[in-house]
Amino acid sequence: MRIALFVTCVNDTVFPDTGRAVVRLLERLGHEVVFPEAQTCCGQMHYNTGYRREAQRLAVSFVKTFSDADAVLVPSGSCAAMIRDNYPRLGETGSPLDREVAELAPRVYDLAELLVDALGVVDVGAYFPHTVTYHPTCHGLRVLGLGERPYTLLRAVRGLELRELDGATECCGFGGTFAMKNAEVSSAMGWDKARSVATTGAEVLCAVDNSCLMHIGGVLNRQRSGVRVMHLAEILASTEEEPARI
Amino acid sequence: MSRTFVGMPDFPTAAAEATRDPQLRHNLREATHTIRDKRDSAVGELDDWAQLRAAGKAIKDRTLRHLDVYLEQLESAITAAGGTVHWAADADEANDIVTRLVRDTGEREVVKVKSMATQEIELNNALERAGINAYETDLAELIVQLGDDLPSHILVPAIHRNRAEIREIFLRTMAEWGVPAPENLSDHPEALAEAARVHLRRRFLDTKVAISGANFAVADTGTLVVLESEGNGRMCLTLPETLISVVGIEKIVPSWSDLDVFLQLLPRSSTGERMNPYTSTWTGPAEGDGPRNFHVVLLDNGRTDTLADEVGRQALRCIRCSACLNICPVYERTGGHAYGSVYPGPIGAILNPQLHGTSGPVDASLPYASSLCGACYEVCPVAIDIPEVLVHLREQVVSGSGHAMEKATMGAAGWLLNDGRRLGLAQRALGAARSMIPRRAPGPAAAWTDTRDLPEIPERSFRRWWRDRANGGEGGQP
Amino acid sequence: MTGSRERILGRVRAALADVPRDERPDDVAVPRDYASAHTGDPIPTLVDRLEDYKAIVHRVATGELAEAIAETARRRSLARIVVPPDLPTEWTAATSASVVRDDGLAVDQLDAMDGVVTGCAVAVAETGTIVLDTGAAQGRRAISLIPDVHLCVVRADQVVNGVPEAVAQLDPHQPLTWISGPSATSDIELDRVEGVHGPRILEVLLTGE
Ligand code: SF4
Repeated sequence: MRIALFVTCVNDTVFPDTGRAVVRLLERLGHEVVFPEAQTCCGQMHYNTGYRREAQRLAVSFVKTFSDADAVLVPSGSCAAMIRDNYPRLGETGSPLDREVAELAPRVYDLAELLVDALGVVDVGAYFPHTVTYHPTCHGLRVLGLGERPYTLLRAVRGLELRELDGATECCGFGGTFAMKNAEVSSAMGWDKARSVATTGAEVLCAVDNSCLMHIGGVLNRQRSGVRVMHLAEILASTEEEPARI
Repeated sequence: MSRTFVGMPDFPTAAAEATRDPQLRHNLREATHTIRDKRDSAVGELDDWAQLRAAGKAIKDRTLRHLDVYLEQLESAITAAGGTVHWAADADEANDIVTRLVRDTGEREVVKVKSMATQEIELNNALERAGINAYETDLAELIVQLGDDLPSHILVPAIHRNRAEIREIFLRTMAEWGVPAPENLSDHPEALAEAARVHLRRRFLDTKVAISGANFAVADTGTLVVLESEGNGRMCLTLPETLISVVGIEKIVPSWSDLDVFLQLLPRSSTGERMNPYTSTWTGPAEGDGPRNFHVVLLDNGRTDTLADEVGRQALRCIRCSACLNICPVYERTGGHAYGSVYPGPIGAILNPQLHGTSGPVDASLPYASSLCGACYEVCPVAIDIPEVLVHLREQVVSGSGHAMEKATMGAAGWLLNDGRRLGLAQRALGAARSMIPRRAPGPAAAWTDTRDLPEIPERSFRRWWRDRANGGEGGQP
Repeated sequence: MTGSRERILGRVRAALADVPRDERPDDVAVPRDYASAHTGDPIPTLVDRLEDYKAIVHRVATGELAEAIAETARRRSLARIVVPPDLPTEWTAATSASVVRDDGLAVDQLDAMDGVVTGCAVAVAETGTIVLDTGAAQGRRAISLIPDVHLCVVRADQVVNGVPEAVAQLDPHQPLTWISGPSATSDIELDRVEGVHGPRILEVLLTGE
């Protein structure tokens, strides 16, 4: 399958390893990845902060960039959720944006959905001999409804031991501008989440959203916990020949 | 005069302070986790919860879209049943009506059943100014009233107090208000409940006027419905001669048969019980049974403004179960006082700015009092999409004056992000400057770096790596 | 207050400008595909749910009701029992407690009673709820509220499975009291405690199975 990668602005700028892991993983599975260079940002931050018009402009640009794609992979749960759940609220009913979004949205996937639903794979041939715990993230859990998919993918990874995370469904406290506007509450939530993560004894905390991982990882680092955070793509891209560094 | 929320600081300020209070954090964590578990198991028992929730939402939507019809219907049904209906456009008018009605009875004392509407209009203060004493009878309301405190939860207004604190309040203050607490009072919940029983018993038997709210008002029959647990509601609704019920205009359900949905949704969402111990329904005064005089005050007080907003309107579906508070990770850490209103938590964050407008500092800060995690929407029995309304209200806040810095930043980010090439150039600049980015940042970014490390900025963006790879450049392997 | 009535209704209508003029309330569809009940086995479910919320249940064979009431009164040391005016006299025939028929007793007289015996209108199995509608053998609301012990007689044919069936059977023009166990509170640390202002003891006598 030919898959168009919308890497997202945060991954592009701060977490390029995730994008590279996605490319490696999908090419290994025999698929073609394209990266339309006109892409920028889904507009989530603007939308969530109340800047609807800016978000609308970015939505128009996203739709224009990806309208021809067979499948669009968005390796960030909250950005995929933005596109699927909030873009439909951005255009007036019956407007061109509204119609184009309705047409494109069903082809927009998060990584776990792409693999399990669109490509029908669970065992991606990955090898990752470490203990891992998984944080489901709010958008992955409640908006995309990823459910068991990420766990199924992780369980199929050779060498990987999955540890259950206490209070997994609870928000990590990132919340975009919330982390700045209500920094104390945000970090109180982050510290509680980091504590649950540390309690699992896992070496790696995995999620499908680098924003949440940046937040929890920032706390874990500050606590000198030694727990490393990794996007699901990086674990799934890891093989015996080319193991991911942790 | 009891305390009010007037003059509270904005949410971030109050929340930061509350978050640093270890006793409060502990009380809230225990309480919210207990009730969450109860709700989960009560809801989990019903395999048609999704259908009930959809029906509850639709019934409320039907009501709201035709509220004028139902209000008139309710009025005539109550009148036909022998009750008297009053209309109050705002808090002052409602307080005046109730004060006048109490004065007309010649009584100077009233007993109250827990009611959010009367809290909202600060009725007790208005009555006090008129020389009328209002006694709260719900245990948690009693704790708040005796402690000269503010409510911090919709269902359990004293949720921020633990048993030791409650015991201390009872010992210190009950005597001033009436029957004192026994000297050897322990802090066991049984003993504290018993002290409240003894304290209020005579009051129930003697007081001639009661004031209540209503959980539901049924338009086609004129029936009012009150759900409660302790029996204080039954006492107030049954023993006095005059009953005055203050009811928000959104409390209507169209028909008696609609209660089959709400009597399942509300208790399970609220106390996490299959059914609360007592539910009373009444349709006008009953011959030889209960109050002979019955008044209903229909309250607007900002609700029609909320109704006028097509996105925000859904907040009026709320049945005040408090499930959204109990599940909210922000509420769990800040408690209710930080929201500066009798309506705290996620519902408060969308209701207060709509009832009062977003011009005040507290109300303007409430739409941001959320990480948009969506847990509130998931548990809401009438499917209020609280994150959607929060974002909608943020739009209103930023469209007002102020926020210059943020607007400039968003504008610049928008400009940058509108073009893949521009973004690529900015990433190069950032990559080049990466060694100059401090681990602990000054200025506004300190809000982040005070408690969290920043990630390292990579030298090469994904975009550049992709381009290099396409050009067969070095390090092109994925 | 006509002024405010018209003002509020006017504001409501203005607020609903987006609702098409010809839309009628019933045009807003309400999906009614929720279940009418979640159990098919009402009696055991009722017993289970009543006990779960700390009511005491006795299953009593028809003909043994008077003895069961007498026994309960004895065990609870109830000296004075109030009953509604139309309570079947056989029900209290065996008790040695003094039985007072309510003919409009004052609250203080009610407060001097140790217990009350009533029937009910409907019982809802899956929520453990008994509904009193002030009809046959139930009396006015105050008599089942003020005494501390409530003995409630429920006939098997009064038990329905779920809440929707109960709502459909009940007459909203009667004052209704839905009772699920003794009074309780969770206001202290959300720890549930039975027994506050309403009767602290609820004993249910289930007959006619
Ligand atoms: S918004 Fe929903 S969950 Fe929150 S109190 Fe209202 S009905 Fe309950």
